[in-house]
Amino acid sequence: MAKMNMLQAINNALDLAMAKDDSVVCFGEDVGHFGGVFRATSKLQEKYGKARCFNTPLTEQGIAGFANGMAAQGMKPVAEIQFADYIFPAFDQIVNETAKFRYRSGDEFNVGGLVFRSPYGGGIAGGHYHSQSPEAYFAHTPGLKVVIPRDPYQAKGLLLASIASQDPVIFFEPKKLYRASIGEVPEEYYEIELGKAEVVQQGTDITVLAWGAQMETVQKAVEMAAKDGISCEVIDLRSILPWDADTVAQSVLKTGRLVINHEAPLTGGFAGEIAATIQKMCFLHLESPIERVCGLDTPYPLSLEKEYVADHLKTYEAIKRAINF
Amino acid sequence: MTNPNNATITTVHTAEFTAGDALKIPTLRILRDDGSIYDGATEPELDKDTAIKMYDTMVFIRVLDERMLAAQRQGRISFYMQCLGEEATTVGSAAALDDKDMIMAQYREQGALRYRGFTLEQFMNQLFSNEKDLGKGRQMPVHYGSKDIHYMTISSPLGTQIPQASGYAYAQKMRGLKNTTICYFGEGAASEGDFHAGLNMAAVHKAPVIFFCRNNGYAISTPANEQFVGDGIACRGVGYGMKAIRVDGADILAVYQATKMARDYALEHNEPILIEAMAYRLGAHSSSDDPSGYRSKEEEEKWRQNDPISRYRLWLIEKGWLNEADDKTTIDALRGEILDALKVAEKVAKPGIEHLISDVYKEPIPALQQQLEELKAHIRKYPEAYPITAGRLD
Repeated sequence: MAKMNMLQAINNALDLAMAKDDSVVCFGEDVGHFGGVFRATSKLQEKYGKARCFNTPLTEQGIAGFANGMAAQGMKPVAEIQFADYIFPAFDQIVNETAKFRYRSGDEFNVGGLVFRSPYGGGIAGGHYHSQSPEAYFAHTPGLKVVIPRDPYQAKGLLLASIASQDPVIFFEPKKLYRASIGEVPEEYYEIELGKAEVVQQGTDITVLAWGAQMETVQKAVEMAAKDGISCEVIDLRSILPWDADTVAQSVLKTGRLVINHEAPLTGGFAGEIAATIQKMCFLHLESPIERVCGLDTPYPLSLEKEYVADHLKTYEAIKRAINF
Repeated sequence: MTNPNNATITTVHTAEFTAGDALKIPTLRILRDDGSIYDGATEPELDKDTAIKMYDTMVFIRVLDERMLAAQRQGRISFYMQCLGEEATTVGSAAALDDKDMIMAQYREQGALRYRGFTLEQFMNQLFSNEKDLGKGRQMPVHYGSKDIHYMTISSPLGTQIPQASGYAYAQKMRGLKNTTICYFGEGAASEGDFHAGLNMAAVHKAPVIFFCRNNGYAISTPANEQFVGDGIACRGVGYGMKAIRVDGADILAVYQATKMARDYALEHNEPILIEAMAYRLGAHSSSDDPSGYRSKEEEEKWRQNDPISRYRLWLIEKGWLNEADDKTTIDALRGEILDALKVAEKVAKPGIEHLISDVYKEPIPALQQQLEELKAHIRKYPEAYPITAGRLD
């Protein structure tokens, strides 16, 4: 095993996927020789040529439409949208086209194999146009898979599974962790199944659920709670769409309590969906209302980021509220 | 001061603007209204079988349009879009392609679809959204598609097929296929961001795609002069660095010739190319539209004289390839066949309830399976409220 940061793990995954299958291509703004603004695609053009790893004009809807066309022809485009905040010009292509290709044609045509990679989330002093977590918009769209890894090991396995998937995937990468998160990553090819949550820590008193960069945050809160004698079960959802309700419900049936943490604003965020489903599946076992710890219903701020975010202290307080209800 | 795409930069020292309509692109016309060939024009090489197949296709879709518009008015289908007046654009272009070239259409290209071999039964099954529809009854009428004949299933949002066509053609090139993609759209769709995104992507990445604009004068009720200024759509292709040509869209020989050359060029050079066909949408935009609210009878009448089918018919008769008496018999017979097929298709069952959740993903996800089971249980409880599916639950 090698030590890799998340960017190296993603780069390694793309490298392996391109080596394994000629139909895998990478493109996006600055993705070619430069390797993308975060260098996730560095050296790929050198290795696989300009036809398979290339810069595009600055056109998110063009990138998404082009990717749809390539995938419909049977290739596996891994298209980068430089920041998730800039995915919205491509929203029509993704929501109306990518997501519905197979359904609307009765499977005459599909875009399975298509992956949109995009850095998401805050923590880099990026203000409201370099910090958004737009997963909930896409979670409302049947036909897509939405995947968010929490560390380098997860990033590589989930990305390889996304490229291998026969359904289109939106793969949001927590950019705050690109270089900050370092871990052991096998150098060989491996996949982590999409649509499955992972119980990353067993516990008995309360379930704490998050995904992506927020997993680090909740871990800190859970450590604080442990000092108070609270035993937390921690779950990484990993896939937002489809999401693994069974694993979450199993846990809540055991603990009777649930705290959901996400970075995106509270209203209409994916925590609401989870809370509704889990209260139905676990109603008689719940010992307290399901808590949501999320961003405020404002744009992501620049100066007051620390106040805005769903941090470990807010999560810790939510855990205590649930325990003491 | 550099331009990496153009080594020879000329400079001036007096401020002078280039006008938006400075680039006047001429219109190719080969066939006169009376069926004769313009002086100086050359007939494209067309064998009799192909020429007659083109004619039969135009006649077929005109009769189909007329019959299905009537069916829509009778309430038998919910919606319809005819291509009256534009038959030559799609039939002439489709005839110039290889059968394996991908067609990415907007929604008014039934001529290209029929030319490729979409059967009358297939048309009807789609229009009636029945269980034999290749699209499994999921889209409004006229959203055709067929993998077998390389006709990408139509999407309602306007212009979305344009950047997709660029990507599709790029993938064809990467895979070493000697095929192009043709991408149809109207002049209205050329206002969408996807048009600009798609043309630029194709030009930069050298995708062998033929962009085919049917400039038919109206985007629903908005006339072309409220849709764009300057010299039409063709010059925009030039603006993106590709070759472009403008043709008379009612002249099937001109459309055929231009498309044939465009295809050869696109494949030989791996470049996109743009064709603008000047046509007139003689019919309404769709069955939900009434053109009398935005254009005059006189205008329509003027264009009715410019009928692409009559013009082509005269040429075929002149060549001795078509007999006027036989032609009338064919049309009468067609009307009968279409009505018969319509009656069959409207009685075919709707798709089974399992198709509510199929094809959303390659395999239905657990949430969908659960939702279907709950729905089936509900239908069993109230079967009279769900007559299409109640008797067919497993």
